[in-house]
Amino acid sequence: MRIKAQIGMVLNLDKCIGCHTCSVTCKNTWTNRPGAEYMWFNNVETKPGVGYPKRWEDESHYHGGWELNNKGKLQLKAGNKLNKIALGKIFYNPDMPELDDYYEPWTYDYQTLFGPEKKHQPVARAKSQITGEFMDLKNGPNWDDDLAGSPNTFDQDPNMKNIETDIKANFEQAFMMYLPRLCEHCLNAPCVASCPSGAMYKRDEDGIVLVDQERCRGWRFCMTGCPYKKVYFNWRTNKAEKCTFCYPRIEEGMPTVCAETCVGRIRYIGAMLYDADRVAEAAEEPDDTKLYESQLSLFLDPNDPEIIEQARADGISDEMLTAAQNSPIYRMAVTEKIAFPLHPEYRTMPMVWYVPPLSPIMNYFEGRDSINNPEMIFPGIDEMRIPVDYLASLLTGGNTEAIKAALYKLAMMRLYMRARTSGKDFDVEKLGRVDLNERSATSLYRLLAIAKYEDRFVIPTNHKEQVEDGYAEQGSLGYDECQGCTLAPQHSSMFRKAEAGKSTAEIYAETFYGGIWRD
Amino acid sequence: MIASHPFQFFLWAIYPYLMLGSFVFGTIIRFAFFHPTVTAKSSELLEKKTLMVGSIMFHVGIIGVFFGHIIGVLIPKAWTDALGISDEFYHHIIAMPAGAFFGILATVGVYILCFRRFHDHRVFHASSTGDLVVIVALTAEITLGMLSSFVAGPINPDFNYRTSLAIWVRQIFMFHPDFRLMLQVPLMFKFHVIFGFMIFGAFPYTRLVHALALPWQYVYRRFIVYRRRPQI
Repeated sequence: MRIKAQIGMVLNLDKCIGCHTCSVTCKNTWTNRPGAEYMWFNNVETKPGVGYPKRWEDESHYHGGWELNNKGKLQLKAGNKLNKIALGKIFYNPDMPELDDYYEPWTYDYQTLFGPEKKHQPVARAKSQITGEFMDLKNGPNWDDDLAGSPNTFDQDPNMKNIETDIKANFEQAFMMYLPRLCEHCLNAPCVASCPSGAMYKRDEDGIVLVDQERCRGWRFCMTGCPYKKVYFNWRTNKAEKCTFCYPRIEEGMPTVCAETCVGRIRYIGAMLYDADRVAEAAEEPDDTKLYESQLSLFLDPNDPEIIEQARADGISDEMLTAAQNSPIYRMAVTEKIAFPLHPEYRTMPMVWYVPPLSPIMNYFEGRDSINNPEMIFPGIDEMRIPVDYLASLLTGGNTEAIKAALYKLAMMRLYMRARTSGKDFDVEKLGRVDLNERSATSLYRLLAIAKYEDRFVIPTNHKEQVEDGYAEQGSLGYDECQGCTLAPQHSSMFRKAEAGKSTAEIYAETFYGGIWRD
Repeated sequence: MIASHPFQFFLWAIYPYLMLGSFVFGTIIRFAFFHPTVTAKSSELLEKKTLMVGSIMFHVGIIGVFFGHIIGVLIPKAWTDALGISDEFYHHIIAMPAGAFFGILATVGVYILCFRRFHDHRVFHASSTGDLVVIVALTAEITLGMLSSFVAGPINPDFNYRTSLAIWVRQIFMFHPDFRLMLQVPLMFKFHVIFGFMIFGAFPYTRLVHALALPWQYVYRRFIVYRRRPQI
């Protein structure tokens, strides 16, 4: 056994309102640079929907993630080493998504809005940020947000393939949910395994997956290796970039930007201990529907004295151990089993987990006899085959029982708290049916519904001061001396004006007009 | 002799060393001090369909052509003669068919890539001046090479590169080139050689360096890489 620590995230989809605040703050922090315009390290998708890039879940097309070969051993779906060399895939990567699978980034021709007065209202036309030419917008980020364009894009969702029921016929009753997505920082990361240059790596201390910008040679196999399509290619620097899990913040014990700014308080960050020696073995579980449980078996109980002793021997800091013992992630994923990994069937052992949404199902029953008989919700969950099948296809590799158990538990917790706050009678024996008692139901309610900052984020500080040569890390963690990592070049006109002696107010009036930058 | 042909002497005894020196020292400097800038510089994200045909044809072709040059130029005629391989057999059974096969692949490939680089708006706008120069230079050099082998060669039946040009190339690596060997070489071959050395000279400063950054270590390394910094 070799114990390693991993920082992970859980997203409570029940409370996600799809406001895109996480995406926007992430973009402002990390990807508002030339060459990175099309990248969203964090994005929020409406499900069912095509997603970003289009149909990213269709691995028969993109060949991301792992598969088992004839001998039952793990193998990259994009082809083993021999296959990649023999077919010359280094000259042309057949599985790579194109820019149009994401979208062509654009800005607007704002200058036309400031011309002389004309008969007609001037219109700012979209202009490509790559070619600078005017373009007709046919696609963009979140083009199918809130089921816009459905049912045209609806049935393009690869998860729908697994569901036999005719979706269109049931469209009126269809459910909708939001799926915020970021890099999964997988335990068995296929992007790391795909990188020919060895530029991608997992940090030993917290498992964050990073691209060493100095060693990246732009071969692009990471992009195709990642089944979640969360590694991007910067067309300007010709290197791969991805979500960094905001490591500079995590090192200081602060949550990631997306988690910090989440208005719905849906994100939880914490530590997990896992057995690194068993990762490959767990990922080789032949049955797709058992992969979720197989991944669960990797996580170690941080309160077990034997585990603590072994963890210390393996160099895990006391702070990390304490964080793992108080981890909200461990509680939701392992103890309560209400959080699930995204597409475990990709065999990547992802570490961003999701609490399935109960609300679409509750809403369906609200206003029916469920008001009079709250217990109706349980047969209701069984009856709602489409959402449950869909969630199972998304989160458990088809294991509907695990999803149902989590939904029962969430529903029971709600019924209990509803009865308690409205002063109604509640037979607490019923809590036992879903492995809860009064105490654990209350604390789960506090964790999920109240979601205090200190309950959501239990992040150990990373002892960077103990790293021998911090300078040697330069360039291997984030981005190299790329243009645009600082906004100075983009806003140099303002600096020139300041040097010419203009006041801040004057510069503001000249360059910032009604929320639109002019330069 | 040198005094009477100063320009020829420069071209065939000095210029190759200038270019090779630039190649060697430029490569060392690029990898030692600018190694993060060495990338494959792929534009596959921006355009994929034409790239598939162009890139595969070009790369397979150019690698074949590269080894063809090594075999043709570096193996002395005496060795093949000793093995009993006749000139006739060497040229018509080995060199010409293989050269034609890889040469045509490289030529068609490079023309497709050149067309793509200038014709596709996204690729063109994302290109640096260096990228544009490189693709034009490669197109020109490959064209010159094909014209030498399949036009200039056949119309000068008396010329055998293995008894003149190849010896001169080997002499360059032994540091005593005899420039007189190059004087009777057909013009097309001369252009091909001069231009080829120029590309070698420019090689380290352009995107071409990616050819020297092949990721061999991937073949034997383990899949998941963990990095741990040395602790105090």
